[in-house]
Amino acid sequence: MVEMPKEFVPVKVETMGEPQTFTGNRGLAIEEPLIFEIGSPETSGVDFEDPLTPALFPRGEGEEAAALSSGGEGDSGVLSPLGERDRVRGDSFANRLGGLERSEPIGLPGLSEPEAVRHYVRLSQKNYSIDTGIFPLGSCTMKHNPRLNEKMARLAGFADIHPLQPEKTVQGALALMQELSRWLLELTGMHAVALSPKAGAHGELCGMIAIRAALEARGEADVRRTVLVPDSAHGTNPATAALLGFNVRAVAARADGTVSAEAVRGKLGPDVAAMMLTNPNTCGMFEPEVVEIAAALHEAGAYLYCDGANFNAIAGKVRPGDLGADAMHINLHKTFSTPHGGGGPGSGPVVLSQALAPFAPVPFVAKEGEGLTLVEHAGAAGETAHPFGRLAAFHGQMGMFVRALAYMMSHGADGIRQASEDAVLNANYVRARLAGALSQPFGDRPCMHEVLFDDRFLKGTGVSTLDFAKALIDEGFHPMTVYFPLVVSGAMLVEPTESESKQSLDLFIDAICKLAGAAISGDTGRFTAAPRFAPRERLDETRAAREPILRYKPPLPKA
Amino acid sequence: MRYLPHTDSERREMLDAIGVTGIDALFAEVPPSKLLRELPDLPLKRSEMAVERALESLAALNVPAGSVPFFAGCGAYKHHVPATVDSVIQRPEFMTAYTPYQPEIAQGTLQYLFEFQSQVAALTGMEVANASMYDGSTAAAEAVLMAHRLTKRSKAVLAGGLHPHYRAVIETISHYSGHSVGGATASPAQSFEAQCDSETSCVVVQMPDVFGRVSDLTALAAKAHAAGALLVVVVTEAVSFGALKSPGAMGADIVAAEGQSIGNGLNFGGPYLGLFATRQKFLRQMPGRLCGQTVDRDGRRGFVLTLSTREQHIRREKATSNICTNSGLCALAFTAHLTLLGEAGLRKLGSLNHASAVALAEALAQVSGVEIVTPHFFNEFAIKTPKPGAEVVDKLADLGVIGGVPASRLWPNDASLANLIIVAATEVTTENDIAAYRGALSEVLHG
Repeated sequence: MVEMPKEFVPVKVETMGEPQTFTGNRGLAIEEPLIFEIGSPETSGVDFEDPLTPALFPRGEGEEAAALSSGGEGDSGVLSPLGERDRVRGDSFANRLGGLERSEPIGLPGLSEPEAVRHYVRLSQKNYSIDTGIFPLGSCTMKHNPRLNEKMARLAGFADIHPLQPEKTVQGALALMQELSRWLLELTGMHAVALSPKAGAHGELCGMIAIRAALEARGEADVRRTVLVPDSAHGTNPATAALLGFNVRAVAARADGTVSAEAVRGKLGPDVAAMMLTNPNTCGMFEPEVVEIAAALHEAGAYLYCDGANFNAIAGKVRPGDLGADAMHINLHKTFSTPHGGGGPGSGPVVLSQALAPFAPVPFVAKEGEGLTLVEHAGAAGETAHPFGRLAAFHGQMGMFVRALAYMMSHGADGIRQASEDAVLNANYVRARLAGALSQPFGDRPCMHEVLFDDRFLKGTGVSTLDFAKALIDEGFHPMTVYFPLVVSGAMLVEPTESESKQSLDLFIDAICKLAGAAISGDTGRFTAAPRFAPRERLDETRAAREPILRYKPPLPKA
Repeated sequence: MRYLPHTDSERREMLDAIGVTGIDALFAEVPPSKLLRELPDLPLKRSEMAVERALESLAALNVPAGSVPFFAGCGAYKHHVPATVDSVIQRPEFMTAYTPYQPEIAQGTLQYLFEFQSQVAALTGMEVANASMYDGSTAAAEAVLMAHRLTKRSKAVLAGGLHPHYRAVIETISHYSGHSVGGATASPAQSFEAQCDSETSCVVVQMPDVFGRVSDLTALAAKAHAAGALLVVVVTEAVSFGALKSPGAMGADIVAAEGQSIGNGLNFGGPYLGLFATRQKFLRQMPGRLCGQTVDRDGRRGFVLTLSTREQHIRREKATSNICTNSGLCALAFTAHLTLLGEAGLRKLGSLNHASAVALAEALAQVSGVEIVTPHFFNEFAIKTPKPGAEVVDKLADLGVIGGVPASRLWPNDASLANLIIVAATEVTTENDIAAYRGALSEVLHG
């Protein structure tokens, strides 16, 4: 997740001891230029039919009939033999662009299809992925992405339908959204769901606006201007609260990394609108006093927003609604296996308690007679609903809904529960086996789906958390989350997920033990020089930020 | 369960290694009364075949755009996506990677983001672009918030031709973040005259607008700038960049666009990708991820996420936005398709789209009682029929034609727009599709 900027050491480290290749390539590791360096404005990898080209196949009967039926009443036009479009596609037709046609060049390179395929395949080979190996990023939940999900999302009946085509032509899509909603509500014990948020942080915005709307309805929006956020929270929590004009009041954790109801009570007042709490929290602990915290908030007239980023630890085991949550976003790309895609697209549906349900945004699916309808405007929402507005142009990440539902149906209630248990089992197995080699900030006690270590075991070695992470790259692993949560010095947050076999975990654990031993025994070169075997050595992030180069600029011609 | 590797004996072995007797010992912090024993209302695990059958039966209840003469647009467009694009985005190394926080093993993602940013800047005629936003509508809302930060003012003026859903997104975020919104009501006939005052941070105008109109924004930009406000240009049809003068060339300060049209399917509204571009001098107030070029220790070119001191994971409540993602895989589809098209291909695609729309307009104008309302357009325009648009589109669907979006679906309370239908044609539109529409429309209106 978070990597703090670190001073860059521009030292060339001799790692290979072998002569460099002439090409800069190393076997399968092939350098790849930018498209701007290999393409040209004239090249294209897409062919279009030229105007006036005869059709590839003769017209079918149905098409013939359709063409003939155009001669309705008052319809004086006659189709030209070439067809209307092909006639105007010729060079001679007068355009209707109102004099705004583009005259200036754009500056886009094109590649033929084989060049393009090779370009992207070579780029892809420079990436680590969950399909390559363990990707134990704490808080990010890199679990297996089933290929069935991909296949289902590509069915034309889901992938090739328009968000504004007539509702009677998309009843299956609306039914899918309703079925997904049912699963989400059953698994969370909540009352309503807003499917439209496009990612976790967008879901936070949705939940917090619902809280604002509820406070407005109570006439208290101007008074309740403060949101409580624990120090260990994701950065999105305070950012979301601030975006909505709330003041952020920090709540300190106890010595064991969890939040006490007493600490929350101490921060409560008539100015508090809500608390944003991640449960299990970002230290990998279940908040043991969450029920008391919710009760204290409700008693004080405030709401509990649950950051659902870590719902994958407890899905099928405990329901946030039963714990007193008023709103929670669910990252479908974490708990329900939709691909992270190198940084998105995500999907962040929000479940709401009875108190907040009336304020759910448009659009949402509702029953209408025998069928389903989309409520797209507040005016059509009915008397009891008071939608707070709209968060996105359309109905949410349908492609992700299909994938998530395919995952849910494959697991079933029993499989979802087993997946949560295995995720917790795996994290604790890593914890137990590494307890002797690494240091834990809050002592050796059971964790949920992720286990947090700090950098005390590296003290005096000259090896930093970042160096340690980079050395893991050389060993063939993606590093864990480092320097998050911020409340722990040199944090390393390991989330193996339920997708890792015991054999995979053992390999990872053994490598970490050996690296920890190397650091302590003074074998620091393998850390400070790391990564040595990745497509790039350590990159100069300071330079990137100081002199930002954010787009390709052609080199200046040589004088 | 096929996705879970452990056998029961391995689970026992691991519990032993942990030193607990059962799994619930690891859930000891959960209040025992809240621990679930079962979820009786949800089904149990299913085979791949069974899930496939169930979902296929739901998919079969929908009418795919590619199966009928299809003319709906209004922010989502039916285009052809080359087979290569889907093959590229299904490369597991792209699809199953995380955000490139460890750049040494994420150069694939980072390089395509750098190429993407370069392409988006070129298309929009702007100096810098980010690594994408959720979609066009949320990009537009972020553009408004960015204009507020830059001008230290708090009112956005929205053109009447702005997609009403985009308007609603901007209004929602403005209301709850303490900002105000003004502007014109929707009308396909009136041209937009922005009323800027000393509180106006930006004028937001869509091009082509929701009725498909194209117009020169140069004078509007000058007027906004004279009042100390910025011009935000919203584009919902990215293919238009290949045919029309760029927003940058007309004086835009921020461009917020929907990129779905290039490389991405309709997907019932998502996932899509927002394009976001601006001037270099506004860079530090830009929301979202940015990829930048740098070098590694060996002096070799490489790419990293950069300027993250704007972002929530570093700045927390002082961040420029709460956004924590981009639309990575959709951006990959966009950049791969655009790389295949190239400049020549995009221009060709633009002219084919326009030609299809002109042909459609000529055909529909021949149906008696139908008026083409939009004089100048790219690939989308509004028609006025003698009957309510919703009724016409509904009956067209019964005849197997998806005949566009009735304006009443977007503005249910505006009687003046009730008889309008917004129709789009693209390179996939065939002459037979056009003939079928014309025939069906004639039948619905006069049959």
